[in-house]
Amino acid sequence: MVGDLDLFSAAAVDSGEGAWSVADVTKRARRLIEAGLNRVWVKGEVTGFKAYRSGHWYFSLRDAEAQVRCVMWRTDNQRLPGPPDEGTQVFVDARPTVWEERGEFRLTVRQLVPTDTGGLWQLRLERAKAALERDGLLDPARKRPLPSYPRRVAVVTSADGAALKDIVSVISRRWPLIELLLVSVRVQGEVAEAELCAGLELVNRLPGVDLAIVGRGGGSREDLWAFNSERVARAVAAVRVPTISAVGHETDVTLTDLVADVRAATPSAAAEAAVPSSAAAAELLGGLAQRMVRGLTGYTDVGRERLARTADRLTAAAQAQLERRSSRLESLGGMLDALSPLKVLNRGYAVARDAKGRVLKRTRDFSADLEFNLTVSDGDVRAKSVGE
Amino acid sequence: MPESMPSFRSEIERLEEIVRSLESDDLDLDDALVLFEEGVRRLKAARGLLRESELTVKRVLEDANGTLSTDDVSL
Repeated sequence: MVGDLDLFSAAAVDSGEGAWSVADVTKRARRLIEAGLNRVWVKGEVTGFKAYRSGHWYFSLRDAEAQVRCVMWRTDNQRLPGPPDEGTQVFVDARPTVWEERGEFRLTVRQLVPTDTGGLWQLRLERAKAALERDGLLDPARKRPLPSYPRRVAVVTSADGAALKDIVSVISRRWPLIELLLVSVRVQGEVAEAELCAGLELVNRLPGVDLAIVGRGGGSREDLWAFNSERVARAVAAVRVPTISAVGHETDVTLTDLVADVRAATPSAAAEAAVPSSAAAAELLGGLAQRMVRGLTGYTDVGRERLARTADRLTAAAQAQLERRSSRLESLGGMLDALSPLKVLNRGYAVARDAKGRVLKRTRDFSADLEFNLTVSDGDVRAKSVGE
Repeated sequence: MPESMPSFRSEIERLEEIVRSLESDDLDLDDALVLFEEGVRRLKAARGLLRESELTVKRVLEDANGTLSTDDVSL
C-alpha cells in the first residue's frame, strides 16, 4: 500500500471497498512528507506560542500568505536562553512531518534563530540587563572594595571544573594564608541556574567569609548561559560580602560580571584579584620595619639631644655657680685680708710674742732681759728687752 | 566552623599604627621603646604567617536541616 506516491490510486469512489482508515492515510501522508521534505530552513514570524509543562514548545510560523504549526521538543529548546517573543521573526531548521493524531502538517523544529542581529540570546540578555538596571543593581556606586587581606574566601563553582583548580593554584602560590571554602554547584545545564542561586545564598550563611568568587572556566555560549540569568545575577547582588565574578575567558562578559563588585577576566585573574601577593606583603613589612627603626632612632636622637642640652645647662649652671662662688671667695678673701693683722704690719706696726707665742701687749709683759720675737711686715726679728 | 583565624591583617594594621606613633614624635622615649618592642614582635609574627601558612581548601556541606559543615578537599 505504502510506497505508491499517488494517494488516490486505489480509490474506489462510491463504494466502501478499498477505503483507507484515517490512520492509514495520515501515516502515508507523514511518510510522503518526510521523504520529500527531509530538512528545511524556514523563515517566519512566531505566533500562538505556548510552552507546556513538559517543556515542549508549540507555536506557529506565519507570513503574509500562510502559516504552519511547529513543535520544538524540550531537548532542543533547552539549549536556548528562553522562548521567542510573539511576533519575532525567526529562522528555523526543521523537519516537516504530519502529526497523525491530528492529521496536522507541522514542522519539528531543531534550531531556532531570531533574524535580528545577536539573536534570541542577546534579546534575553538585554531584557534582563534592563531589569537589573531599573533596580539599580548595575550602579557603579554599589561596587564594594575588596578586603586587602581576606581570611576566608568562598568559591561558588563546580568541584571538578578547571576554574577551581586555577583558583587554588594561584592562591597557594600567592597567598596561602587563607581558608578557601568551596560551595560546589553545577555551572552548566538545566540545574545550573538554581544551583548557582542556592550556592550564592549559602555563602551568606557561612561564618567569617570576607570575600566570594563565583565563576567557571571557558565554554560555549550555551555553557556559560546560567551566568546570564537574571536570577543568578540577583543572587550575586545579594551576596553580603564583596564578590568577584569570573566566567569563561577574557572576551566573555556575563550579567553576573556586571553585577559583581569586581569582574575578573578568568578564574585565575579572580584569584589574583582576591588575595595580595606574599612578595608584596613581605616588601610592605620590610618598609614598615625600616620606618619603625627610623622612628625609634628619631626618639633616641631627640633623647640624645635633650641629654646633651641638659648636660650643657648643667655645666653652665655649675660654671655660673663656680664663678659666683669664686667671686664670693675673693670677696671673702678680701674681707679676711682686711681683718688680717698682717695688713696692720704693712702699715709699720709690729707684734711682739714671747717664746710661747703669747702676744706681749703691755710694758709689764716685758721683764728685763726677756727674749722675744718681733714680727714685722716681712718676717720675725729676735729681740731682747734691756729694761725700763 | 571556627570563626577565628590567625590574621595578617590585624598584625599589619597594628604595625602601621605603631609606625605612625613612632614617626609622630610625641611619645616619651620609654613609651617609644615599648612600642618598638611590640612592633618587632608583630613583624616576626607577620613574617611567620607569610612563611609558614598553607592553603586549606574545604568543601561546604549542607544536611537536610540546613546545618552546614565542611570536609577537607585534597587537590
